[in-house]
Amino acid sequence: MRNVAVIFRREMAGYFATPLAYVFVVIFLVMMSVFTFYVGNFFARGQADLQPFFTWHPWLYLFLVPALGMRLWAEERKSGTIELLLTLPVSMLEAALGKFLAAWCMIGLALTLTSPIWISVNVLGQPDNGVILASYLGSLLMAGAYLAVCSCISATTRNQVIAFVLSVAACFAFLLAGFPLVLDFFRAWVPQLVLEGIKTLSFLAHFEAIIKGVIDFRDVVFFLSFIAFWLYAGAWLIDRKKAD
Amino acid sequence: MTAMIDVQGLRKEFGHFTAVNDISFSVEPGQVLGFLGPNGAGKSTTMKMLTGFLTPTAGRIHICGIDVAAKPVQAKKKIGYLPEGAPLYAEMTPASFLSFIGDVRGLKGADKKKRIEQIVEQVQLQDVWKQPIETLSKGYKRRVGLAQAILHDPEVLVLDEPTDGLDPNQKFEVRQLVQQMASDKAIIISTHILEEVDAVCNQAMIIARGRILANGTPKELLALSQFSGAYSILITSSLQSTVSASLQALPEVASIEAAPEGDELFRTTAFPAPDVKLHEVVSGLVHAHGWPALEIRRESGRLDDVFRQLTTEVGQGGAHA
Ligand SMILES: Nc1ncnc2c1ncn2[C@@H]1O[C@H](COP(=O)(O)OP(=O)(O)OP(=O)(O)O)[C@@H](O)[C@H]1O
Ligand SMILES: [Mg+2]
Repeated sequence: MRNVAVIFRREMAGYFATPLAYVFVVIFLVMMSVFTFYVGNFFARGQADLQPFFTWHPWLYLFLVPALGMRLWAEERKSGTIELLLTLPVSMLEAALGKFLAAWCMIGLALTLTSPIWISVNVLGQPDNGVILASYLGSLLMAGAYLAVCSCISATTRNQVIAFVLSVAACFAFLLAGFPLVLDFFRAWVPQLVLEGIKTLSFLAHFEAIIKGVIDFRDVVFFLSFIAFWLYAGAWLIDRKKAD
Repeated sequence: MTAMIDVQGLRKEFGHFTAVNDISFSVEPGQVLGFLGPNGAGKSTTMKMLTGFLTPTAGRIHICGIDVAAKPVQAKKKIGYLPEGAPLYAEMTPASFLSFIGDVRGLKGADKKKRIEQIVEQVQLQDVWKQPIETLSKGYKRRVGLAQAILHDPEVLVLDEPTDGLDPNQKFEVRQLVQQMASDKAIIISTHILEEVDAVCNQAMIIARGRILANGTPKELLALSQFSGAYSILITSSLQSTVSASLQALPEVASIEAAPEGDELFRTTAFPAPDVKLHEVVSGLVHAHGWPALEIRRESGRLDDVFRQLTTEVGQGGAHA
């Protein structure tokens, strides 16, 4: 665990040593505001809740998270530092976890900086703060799930553009896993049981359950185990094909 | 097992291509092993397997008695590694980078600070201490890579072309550094500079196409040279044909080579027949004829020749044990 912290700190310092952290946070906040206020008609609804804010998160994450996640391993491969990192006395999982947590923290930081909007609804009316807190938590968990997928895909290539495009596609599939668009694609050639399984993977379904204000333990477990699975898969993949 | 590095039957295939083909060797404390070989010989691939980056297709590696495949993290603790091209995190400074390496290596507090100061002194990084690594010159990057490898004073040191890109002064410094550290460590260095082998290595291995062609002390390798045991006579041009003819006529001489040196001199080199010593025969001949020889020299052969001799034979498809 000590190693996870060391890797985490280096990654964090890396985000702030380059403009990456600032660019990401600013774009994150601008996009969130545009969608909440213009597209989501935040004020015109006249209701004191953050529904129009959170509704957009799954869609915004579709691009913002791969933008952050694409470099996780692809950049290390490209620059050759992967050889440096993986010949240090650090286990594969520690490295993957440290990197993941740092990127997740960046998203958490950006999310925290949206808190003025939470304050405004409290000034303007009387929202259900429990629901809002749950929604923030759900949003962070969902972002983590996206990020874990991106991390795994980034582990397979040295090209960040490829990592980005594949990550967006994969995240899109998971986002809509429970919907006809994705289900129809599988219906023709997978058994019913698998189809039911795919349905349960839908981010959107889990996220919408959470932002209604009911934190179901199962939704939380879903996201956490999803993250664990993809992190593990990523670590395994890198271990298999480190040199290519 | 006393060897700090013990490699048995190491093999690495990339698809159908065999980059490293059944290599075995061991390195003991105090030994500095030089890896020599043409481009693509498999030197870096071997080092990547030693340091646990690549998984061998077959074979076993023990570092200080620890099986690298079974306990990679423990083995990596014992090793300091400078990868080929010295990859580094570009956005960090030498200061933050070495601090990070210190953390990973488990150095703490005053101990870490002292150790880093010591290393900075040794590889002379003071001038660029707070400068982003991406803006450093090639030689300085290499120095940071080297500092990173020796920071935790490892028992086993694996350096892939450590002096590549360094200026002559730094090359000298690095060789000295390696020699200073050599007494209690097992060190492997790959290099294309053959004089480096003479300067720092007490063991050398020539590899080509993934196979070991020769393994021994630099002296033993020199003995493989066709020049070893040969004698040459430096004499005025007018006598050249007589000297050549007389040498050629000796049963102890297998062949001769003659080449002009300057305007009026000629050097005739006599190569011995198998298992024959030439020194008495040659000097006897010179005295008997009363030739005014300017020099009679024992040729010692150079590592370059041995290298070319061994590696081009393989290149032409010739078999060599
Ligand atoms: N990841 C890889 N995939 C396929 N082939 C590889 C890979 N890595 C190395 N090779 C091949 O293995 C062979 C040995 O490469 P290696 O880097 O070990 O050579 P080297 O002895 O270090 O050469 P140099 O002196 O040029 O550094 C080369 O032919 C190389 O093309
Ligand atoms: Mg090499």
